[in-house]
Amino acid sequence: MTEVLLSIDGLTKAYPGVVANDDVSFDIKRGEVHALLGENGAGKSTLVKMIYGLVKPDKGTMALNGARYAPAEPRAARATGVAMVFQHFSLFDALNVAENIALGMENPPSPRDLAPRIREVSEAYGLPLDPFRTVGDLSAGERQRVEIIRCLLQDPKLLIMDEPTSVLTPQEVEILFQTLRKLSAEGTAILYISHKLEEIRTLCDEATILRLGKKVGECVPREVSAAQMAEMMVGSALKPPKRREGDAGVVALEIENLSLASPSEFGTALKDVSLTVRRGEVLGIGGVAGNGQDELLGALSGELKSAAGAVTFGGAEIGNMGPKMRRKIGLLTAPEERLGHAAAPDMSLTENALLTGAEREGLTARGFLKWGTTKDFAERIIAAFDVRTPSAGTAARALSGGNLQKFVIGREVLQRPEVLVVNQPTWGVDASAAAAIRQALLDLAAGGAAIIVISQDLDELMEISDTFAALNEGRLTPVRPAAGLTIEEIGLMMGGASDMEVAHVDA
Amino acid sequence: MDLSAINPALLLASLMVAATPILLAAIGELVTEKSGVLNLGVEGMMITGAICGFAATIETGSPAIGFVAAAVGGALLSLLFAFLTQFALANQVASGLALTLFGLGLSSLLGQDYVGLKPPSTPQLDIPILSDLPVLGQILFRHDMMVYFALALVAAVWAALKFTRVGLILRAVGESHDAAHALGYKVVRIRVLAIMFGGACAGLGGAYISLIRVPQWTEGMTAGAGWIALALVVFASWKPWRVLLGAYLFGGVTVLQLNLQAAGLAIPVEYLSMSPYLITILVLVIMSSDRSKAPASLGRIFHASQ
Repeated sequence: MTEVLLSIDGLTKAYPGVVANDDVSFDIKRGEVHALLGENGAGKSTLVKMIYGLVKPDKGTMALNGARYAPAEPRAARATGVAMVFQHFSLFDALNVAENIALGMENPPSPRDLAPRIREVSEAYGLPLDPFRTVGDLSAGERQRVEIIRCLLQDPKLLIMDEPTSVLTPQEVEILFQTLRKLSAEGTAILYISHKLEEIRTLCDEATILRLGKKVGECVPREVSAAQMAEMMVGSALKPPKRREGDAGVVALEIENLSLASPSEFGTALKDVSLTVRRGEVLGIGGVAGNGQDELLGALSGELKSAAGAVTFGGAEIGNMGPKMRRKIGLLTAPEERLGHAAAPDMSLTENALLTGAEREGLTARGFLKWGTTKDFAERIIAAFDVRTPSAGTAARALSGGNLQKFVIGREVLQRPEVLVVNQPTWGVDASAAAAIRQALLDLAAGGAAIIVISQDLDELMEISDTFAALNEGRLTPVRPAAGLTIEEIGLMMGGASDMEVAHVDA
Repeated sequence: MDLSAINPALLLASLMVAATPILLAAIGELVTEKSGVLNLGVEGMMITGAICGFAATIETGSPAIGFVAAAVGGALLSLLFAFLTQFALANQVASGLALTLFGLGLSSLLGQDYVGLKPPSTPQLDIPILSDLPVLGQILFRHDMMVYFALALVAAVWAALKFTRVGLILRAVGESHDAAHALGYKVVRIRVLAIMFGGACAGLGGAYISLIRVPQWTEGMTAGAGWIALALVVFASWKPWRVLLGAYLFGGVTVLQLNLQAAGLAIPVEYLSMSPYLITILVLVIMSSDRSKAPASLGRIFHASQ
C-alpha cells in the first residue's frame, strides 16, 4: 500500500506577470492523506487545477500509476480516477441532488437507478442524503456531502479537496474526517488543501508546503508543531496577536430583546437577541453562516431599523437611526462581502474611502467632495495597513481579497470608532494579513473601543475574544467569558440540538 | 352589433393560426434563456426570417423550402448576437436591442423587390376521417403543418429539458455557468447552440406570418410579435406548457377582438386592440406568482478565468 499513485515532476505554470507554480515536484502515495499547504497566492489552486485538467502546465510532467498523465479536460481526469471537491461549491441551486450528481458523472445511470445508488453510498460513508431535495435548500454541510458523494460514485483513486472545512461546524468536520479516514483506509489517496494547521496535523500523513509558487518544504504533520508549519508557509515567524490586560469599561452598546424579520427571502430572522459589549472588550460571535449573521450586522449598522429602544449606544436609543447617523456618533461596521457591500467594486480606493469616511473624517463640505483630504485619508489607510496596491486610484475590484480586506477594515479602524462591528474580518485572507487585521482590532480595543467580531473561524474568535456568544437560527446564546470554553461547549452553543449527528461509520 | 356573426368554431380555428408565430418564437427564446442568455433580438430575427422565407418561397415556389430558409436566416442573424455576447463579451441587453434594429433594417433592404407579391399558398392538412369531423375537424385538423410542428416543438422542448441529459446540461449552464465550467462543460459552445436554436425558431415564426398568416411581405410586418414572445417567456416562468397557454390566450383574444370589432361592439377600437396584451399579461402574472424563478445566470456574461 505504499507505492506511488501520482507523481508530479517539475510542474511550471506562468500567467502574465506572475509565476503561479515554479518547478513543483512531489509524490502522492496510494491511500495517503496528503496536505497541500500555503498562503493565498502560493499557487495551491493552480496546482490542483492542473491535476484536475482545468489548466494546462507550461512545463513538467505528471504520472499516474507510472503511466504518463496529462488530462486535457476535467472529463479526462475523472475518467482516470481523479475527482475534486471544490472550495466554492460547484453545485446548481435550482436542481435537485440527483441531477447535480448526474452532471458530475461521465456516464450517469438512469435517474431511476441513480437515486438508490446515492442512498446506498451516502449511508455507507455516514453522509445521509435525500436524492430528491433541491440543493438550494441544503445546509453548507449537506451541500458538501453532495459534492463528496458525486466523487465517490465514480470510485476515485485520488480525491482532491480544496478547503473543505471552511464552512462546517466542528461536529460536521468530525463527520467529514471519519469519512476521509475510511476512504484512505480503502486505498483512496486524498490531496487535502487547507490553511488550518491543526486540522492538517490531525488528519494528514504527509504535507507539501508551497510559497510564492515554489515548493519550500515537506514534513510529516504529526511530527512538527503548527507553529513550525506556519513558519514554513510564511517564510518567517508569525507573531501571535498581543493582547493587553485590563478590565472592561462602561457599557458601550446594548441590544435588548431584538426580534427582526430578515429582508431577504432566504435570510434568517433575528429572534429575541440581547447582548452587551463594554469599552475595551472584544465580543466574538460564532455560528455557521446563514444563522442571522448578516441580519445582526444590518441591525447594528442601521441598514435594518428596529424599535428605538432595542439598540442603545452609550445610553442613547439608536434603534431607529439610519447608518449615516450611527456612523456620525461612532458606531462603525465592516460587512462580510468585500465586493459589493463593504466596497463598490468599480470605484477607486479613494472613492471607497469617501463612501464610509465622509461623516467622521469630514470629507465633504456643503455638498461638495473634498478630493484632496479624501485622497490623504485613503493613502493613510494604505500605509497604515500595508495594502498592496499600485495607487489610491486603483479600482477596488483589482485588489486581491486579502489586500481589499485590509483596506476595508483599516478604513473603519482609522475613523476612531467607539464601537466597531466586523463580520468575517479575515475570510479568505492569508495568515500574515489575518494576523495584522487581528492585531489592529486588539489595538483598537486596547484604546478603549468596543469590538464585536462576527466570524465562522473559531480559532480566530478564541484568539482575540474576551467574551463569546453564538448565533443559531437567529437566536443568540447568552454571552460567556471566552477563556476556558472548550471546543465541545462551543460546538453545542453553535449547533444547539444539531441534526448533523455523527452517523455510524463502519471501520 | 351582431354577435351572432361570430362563428365559435371558426374563431377557435383562427386562434391556432394567430398564436403560432408567437409560440414558435417564444419556445425558441425559452431555450435560449434556459441556457442563461437573454436575447432581446427576437423581433429582428423574426422579421429577418419573414423575408428570408418569403423570398425563398417566391423564388422556388415551395413553402417548405421557404420555412427552411427562414430558420437558416434567423439562425445566421442570431450568430451575430452569439459572436457579440459570447466571444466579444458585449452586454446582452444592448446587443439584443441592436440586433432587433439591425434585423428590421436588413429585412427592409432584402424585401425591396418582394413588396406586393403573393406567395404560393401552403397546403392544408387533410386527414381523411379527422378533418371531416363536424366541428372538431374544422377547429383542430384542417391547419397547415406548421401549426402542428409548433405544438410538437413545445412538447419536444418540454421533454428534452425534463428528461434528457442534454436538457439537464442546458439548464445547468443557465443556472451557474461557473459551476458548469468547473465540471468541464463547454459553456460557450452550449450557449451558442441555444442562441442559434432560438434564432431558427424566431425565423420560423416570422415566416409563418409572411407566408400563411398575412400572406404577403410588408416592412415591419411582425409588428411587435417578437416582443410579445419575449414577455411570454418571462410571464410563463420559463415553462414550455405555460408558453403554449400564453400564446393561445394571446392568439384567442386577438382573434376575438377582431371579431368584436367587425361585429361593431360599442367599445372604442383602441381598447379592443390593446386587450390581447393586457389580458395575456394579466393572466400570466397571476400564474407566475409561484416561486419559480429565472435561470440564475440569465443575462450574465461568462468569462472562463484561468
